[in-house]
Amino acid sequence: MHHIYCPYCEEIREEEEYSYTGEAHIERPKDPASISDEVWGDYMFFRSNPRGIHHEMWYHAAGCRRYFNATRDTHSYQIHETYKMGELPTVTAPTKAAPTKAAAQGDAS
Amino acid sequence: MSQVNRIATGGRIDRSKPMSFTFNGKTFQGFDGDTLASAMLANGVGIVGRSFKYSRARGILGHGAEEPNALMQLHKGNETIPNPRATQVELFDGLISSSTNGWPSVEFDLMEWVGKIGGKMMPPGFYYKTFMAPQNMWMTYEKFIRKAAGFGKLSLDPDPDTYDKVNVHCDVMVVGAGPAGLAAALEAGRSGKRVIIVDEQNEFGGTLLASNQTVDGVEAATWAEQATSELARMSNVTSMPRTTAFGYYDHNFLCALERRTDHLGPVALTGTRQRLHRIRAHQVVLATGAIERPLVFGNNDLPGIMLANSVSTYIIRYAVVPGQRCVVMTTNDSGYQTALDIQAAGRTVVAVVDSRHAPDGRLVQAAKAAGIEVMAGHGVIEAQGSKRVTDVIVAPLDEAGDKLVGAGKTLSCDLVAVAGGWSPVVHLSCHTGSRPVWQEDVAGFVPGPTIQNQHLAGAIAGEYRLSQALNAGVQAGANAAGTQSTQVFDCGDESEGAAQALYIVPHTKPSSRAPKQFVDLQNDVTAAGIELAAREGFQSIEHVKRYTAMGFGTDQGKTGNVNGMAIVAKTLNKTIAETGTTIFRPAYTPVTFGAMGGRDIGVLLDPARHTAMHPWHLANGAEFENVGQWKRPWYFPQAGETMQQTLNRECLAVRNSVGMLDASTLGKIDIQGKDAREFLNRVYTNAWTKLAPGKCRYGLMLKEDGMIFDDGVTACLSDTHFLMTTTSGGAAAVLGWLELWHQTEWPELEVYFTSVTDQWATCSFAGPNSRKVLEKLCTDVDLSAQAMKFMDYREGTVAGIKSRIFRISFTGELSFEVNVPADQGHYMWKKLMEAGEEFGITPYGTESMHVLRAEKGFIIAGQDTDGSMTPYDCLMGWAVGKTKEFSFLGERSFSRPDTARTDRKQLVGLKPKDPTVVIPEGSQIVMDPNQPIPMDMMGHVTSSYWSECLGHGIAMGTVKGGSDRMGQTVYFPQADGRVLAAEICSPVFYDPKGDHHND
Repeated sequence: MHHIYCPYCEEIREEEEYSYTGEAHIERPKDPASISDEVWGDYMFFRSNPRGIHHEMWYHAAGCRRYFNATRDTHSYQIHETYKMGELPTVTAPTKAAPTKAAAQGDAS
Repeated sequence: MSQVNRIATGGRIDRSKPMSFTFNGKTFQGFDGDTLASAMLANGVGIVGRSFKYSRARGILGHGAEEPNALMQLHKGNETIPNPRATQVELFDGLISSSTNGWPSVEFDLMEWVGKIGGKMMPPGFYYKTFMAPQNMWMTYEKFIRKAAGFGKLSLDPDPDTYDKVNVHCDVMVVGAGPAGLAAALEAGRSGKRVIIVDEQNEFGGTLLASNQTVDGVEAATWAEQATSELARMSNVTSMPRTTAFGYYDHNFLCALERRTDHLGPVALTGTRQRLHRIRAHQVVLATGAIERPLVFGNNDLPGIMLANSVSTYIIRYAVVPGQRCVVMTTNDSGYQTALDIQAAGRTVVAVVDSRHAPDGRLVQAAKAAGIEVMAGHGVIEAQGSKRVTDVIVAPLDEAGDKLVGAGKTLSCDLVAVAGGWSPVVHLSCHTGSRPVWQEDVAGFVPGPTIQNQHLAGAIAGEYRLSQALNAGVQAGANAAGTQSTQVFDCGDESEGAAQALYIVPHTKPSSRAPKQFVDLQNDVTAAGIELAAREGFQSIEHVKRYTAMGFGTDQGKTGNVNGMAIVAKTLNKTIAETGTTIFRPAYTPVTFGAMGGRDIGVLLDPARHTAMHPWHLANGAEFENVGQWKRPWYFPQAGETMQQTLNRECLAVRNSVGMLDASTLGKIDIQGKDAREFLNRVYTNAWTKLAPGKCRYGLMLKEDGMIFDDGVTACLSDTHFLMTTTSGGAAAVLGWLELWHQTEWPELEVYFTSVTDQWATCSFAGPNSRKVLEKLCTDVDLSAQAMKFMDYREGTVAGIKSRIFRISFTGELSFEVNVPADQGHYMWKKLMEAGEEFGITPYGTESMHVLRAEKGFIIAGQDTDGSMTPYDCLMGWAVGKTKEFSFLGERSFSRPDTARTDRKQLVGLKPKDPTVVIPEGSQIVMDPNQPIPMDMMGHVTSSYWSECLGHGIAMGTVKGGSDRMGQTVYFPQADGRVLAAEICSPVFYDPKGDHHND
């Protein structure tokens, strides 16, 4: 049972008040007619599904009826932050550092 | 009736309150303060049940939640409760109990002979291997297996008790009120924080209640009483005995079951029997203790073989010694305490058999000083006896405890107290996903890392000594409360020898030939079975568990699991740390469904929504249909009518004169703002730019994949004000959908959405006389066909009430909908019924509505569509705007190759060849009924009814390429062998030109 802070109500509320509405920061293509089927298909169907840090939307259905974003760890279920629509997350997954040349050589040896 | 094993003095029982109880039909006596188990042991009851697979005689092993054998059937009739452990049942006068299995009785069980003869034929995976084939015999096998194996019986009658659920919040939640938990709660409580402390037993104290140690010079039990009463005096502390925290969920949410009256009688005389506490805690202290491990040796399941710590508990807490001559088998110092307790109770300790070669702790010295024989470097390799242990074979072991190094010797005894080390009760810590880790120095799994605000105290963290547990409790309580403490307890228990990590005592024969060496008593899993599973290739501990059933069942392997894991590790030449442990899930001990349901049963299971006209419907004999949470009139039968006769009458009334439907449940969303029109353009398939105030339009709403999601009529009240209607079941989803797009993609649009479903009541009346009815009540609106056209909207006064009047139709007839504020709805309905009386106005329900709309080929989103139908699939391309500037939701997907296929399933009309037939809804459609199975499935029937006005059955269905198949015959094979046939046609069966609704 998650305990979720609504950035609009500015209170922690029970999970029962919310519904999960999928990955956040997926923008609708500005001109759908001009893009390929593949790009449109990616927009509609493909989601990242990571193990770990995930930015996702929640809907405060039984509260203020606002959608907001949450940064949640899909493994531990820890919610690192919630933030309003249009804002950017402050907690992000560590990007896989490109292996340096020395490291790559080390792997080979 | 004598209590042969009861000691004359001592114990936390009240000898002035004798209580009689029955077990398997025999009457016994116990005392207030007994558990059912302690009372049974006091009376010398040996066999309490029969084992799951082999039907072996089983006695009481433990004294608490860990007990695998003593599962009871309590009480009679509808009060009966299956499977509580006798060790956790508090005795009350008149308690009726029986074993949950054993036939014809637990003393003489026929199945035992099946077990003895067939034992070799029942290896792990027995069920998978034996009953695989033939498949059609499985039901027969299963019946027999269930009868033979079953644990307990449920009453099929309603539960006579009531249950509650309560939400609670606290700063610090302490689970377990043993030494560590009490110390933690005292520390946190003194800081002023809001504290909840729960314990599954009837009184706080845990091991302190069965200890003859001292805490700072005070007797352990007395210290526990003082601590409990100090907690009781603190107004910020809630103390809950008889309450089991059975689940620990994310973000420090716990569930605890409080048993309020189970100890008083079979049924609660007042109030609720049990209460489920849903607790949200800022900090959690787990002080759940540890459970003693048995050791694995031959016939270690015989009645009379018990956990050493349990023997001590029965002696000290309940004044019961469960035997006369006792052998203690131990791998650590704690077994010596039991030996001392037995001796102090005046019974014989035959020997302490210690696997260690040079035990020398404080308790070892004390036992030797008391004259108890210690057999160091020895192990009990086998017990003997049929209904109870009579002898044990003891043999010398090597230093590692792996091999026998000499001949065995037989000791006569009737009680074996086994001390195989301790397993921390890590269950709750696992529930949030943390995997326990093996800690070598305490030879047990302790809770692993967690992200919860969780603190550990005492034996759960491997801190087994009393002083350790108390001091850890203080620190955990301080950490949880955000305070500091330097308090240290002295219990004089410092010098304790190291334990030996021993799990299975070797036998002279290999496990497969030795007498059965049990690991999991409740599931009859043996060492040989686990070794076989490992040899058969089950290497993951999770697989071994599922293959052998080790750790399944109501006890979740609380006693034997670690032994089993050690055997797996040994067989695979790995360490226990490498093979790891299975993970525990809620619930720690079984929870009644009654408590989970609480008051949310019967009519309170789900809210029922009623329209303003509901009392009228009730008074007029309506049958109701559930639509979401709404109770909608389904049809209004008159005396002596069948349902079909009612529908025929209702439908004909609409077609010939006038009928009225309560349409209040349709979702209504008020949309305002200067960009409302633009917003509608984006979410609906058709164009809204030119819809003038006073006009309505039907709209289709799609998901981005181009599939129909909802539909409804939206009226333009003014340039900046629209009223959208949705399907009755889809209202909340549509509102969420509109909000989603506004808030996430188009926040620049100025538009506001408000649900007004409950604020307006809707009377929808249809039929050639509907205008005449309305004209009688409404004089300030020109209702003539020229002035108020089809799809027009007007505001006016109807029966004196300011109303919203829509001329829209879901029946194909001339039709009006009058919307009034909900509190006027009942009045308006009655006024319209009065006004319509001269025309024979007929109330109709949802079923006639379905027939009437199907005659017109109108779809119901969610019945004729299923999330895979585009507007074109429904032959509703007319509702799609082709020249809209903004690419509305779903439009782009029309050109995706799969969506653009012409042979997709399309919605068509189906006219039965036999006009008297009504094709069952859901029937599969095939082109050739003579094709061998599997036939090519072409689609299915989505709606089907008898049409009285047409005189034949009508149906709609989806058919592959259906729009190109007009006039073709399709077939509907039925489960009963009949094959029905129909012709594909337009779904508009009635008035295809739409003359009626345009009248």
